[in-house]
Amino acid sequence: MNLNPAPPAFAARRLTKRFGRSTALREIDFELEAGRCHVLFGRNGAGKSTLLLIAATLLRPSSGEIFFGGDRYQDLGDEVRRGIGLVSHQSFLYPDLTVLENLEFYGRLYGCSPQKLTASEALDWADLDLRRHSPVRSLSRGMLQRLSVARALLHRPKLLLLDEPYTGLDALSSERLSTRLSDAKGETSILLTTHDVDRGVSIADRISILEAGRIAFDATGATAPEVKRLLLEVREIAR
Amino acid sequence: MSQWRSSSSLPAVVAIFRKDVRTEVRTRQMFSSMFVFAVLVLLVFNFTLLLDEIRAIELGPGILWVAFVFAATLGLNRSFAIEGENRCLSGLMLAPAPRSAIYFGKLLSNVLFMMAMEIFVLPLFVVFFNLSLWELLTPTELATFFLVLVLGTVGYAAVGTILAAVASNTTMREVLLPVLLFPISVPIVIAAAEATRLLFDENPDTGPWIWIRVLLVFAAVFLIVSWLTFEYVIEE
Repeated sequence: MNLNPAPPAFAARRLTKRFGRSTALREIDFELEAGRCHVLFGRNGAGKSTLLLIAATLLRPSSGEIFFGGDRYQDLGDEVRRGIGLVSHQSFLYPDLTVLENLEFYGRLYGCSPQKLTASEALDWADLDLRRHSPVRSLSRGMLQRLSVARALLHRPKLLLLDEPYTGLDALSSERLSTRLSDAKGETSILLTTHDVDRGVSIADRISILEAGRIAFDATGATAPEVKRLLLEVREIAR
Repeated sequence: MSQWRSSSSLPAVVAIFRKDVRTEVRTRQMFSSMFVFAVLVLLVFNFTLLLDEIRAIELGPGILWVAFVFAATLGLNRSFAIEGENRCLSGLMLAPAPRSAIYFGKLLSNVLFMMAMEIFVLPLFVVFFNLSLWELLTPTELATFFLVLVLGTVGYAAVGTILAAVASNTTMREVLLPVLLFPISVPIVIAAAEATRLLFDENPDTGPWIWIRVLLVFAAVFLIVSWLTFEYVIEE
């Protein structure tokens, strides 16, 4: 029996986020176990992206508290972001810089060393080695998404947040991403949102369904058909 | 999480500065727009006012600083516009450093681009208004003039950089920046123009140092206030 379990990589207590009059998250309690992959499902506007942006420290909660590795965010300060990687709807990449220059820039921001080696590894994973000197502006949607994932993984984050990372990826790239995420589990804790139930369930250790800013369902070991049925039921109840 | 080191701003400041310089060298968007606009302002004043040498010494410094600040506003607008594409500002905000590092990285690059524009515009000002700085100013006065240029530029960029960040979060970015920036930066522009006029004047009533002190105080105040408030300005 483990008397001293690892604290959750990320946790939220009575977390609420309001944007003006609308409430995106309503007093949710959430835990991401260290080294595990937690997949969030839910329809558009359910609050998935808001939860990820708060976990990335890009949004402040309206009320409630967030914890990283058991410590309150307020006690950790800016350095907590060294352990966070985020793939968002936007790539955060500079169109006028080349693929390599973008990765080197983010490497410098995170103090990665030696930067060129780290960037080369990331390029290799993203299968963009031949495009390393191409401006980001010239990349296709799928290439941009692969580069965005490579950027988020560049500094080997302990907490990886992915907001619909399969968007724009072809079948092969999606498979490679799933493999990469499965390999990263253990060292890295992953919080992922997706509308692709089959892919999400295949890599998830735990799943949650968000509906109208609340966690409507939370379980381990759910199958894809069960999740699809639950998503429909949750929508019906919400109506 | 205690293994995480204490954060330092300097690597992030340097990285952002280098990135901005690299982008500008490649695109030349900020410099070219600032330079062309400043030259146009000088041309318009030159042809509309038709100044003799005495009037040029009186009015030239004001015209020069109007050209500098109008042109700089164009560049400052662009400074955060490039962070809006692909929401790169969020990428910067993810860096493990105080968010004021973004401000200081941007400030450094803005000062560099403004100074570059001023260095290229200054000879044209001398030609258009027929003012020879070498004859008008002693070497000490010339050094003082460059001090005024640096302080005026840093002061204007200090307030302009944070207001460009404010404006970049709005839909009316191009309009909002000058509306906010011009009234707040009036003390900087007046002090810089007055210090320059007193340096150009052969028989000034007083020396330029009172205005240089005003420039110094306002530049310091704008820098400190911006440093303390930048984090709140760029969030959400």
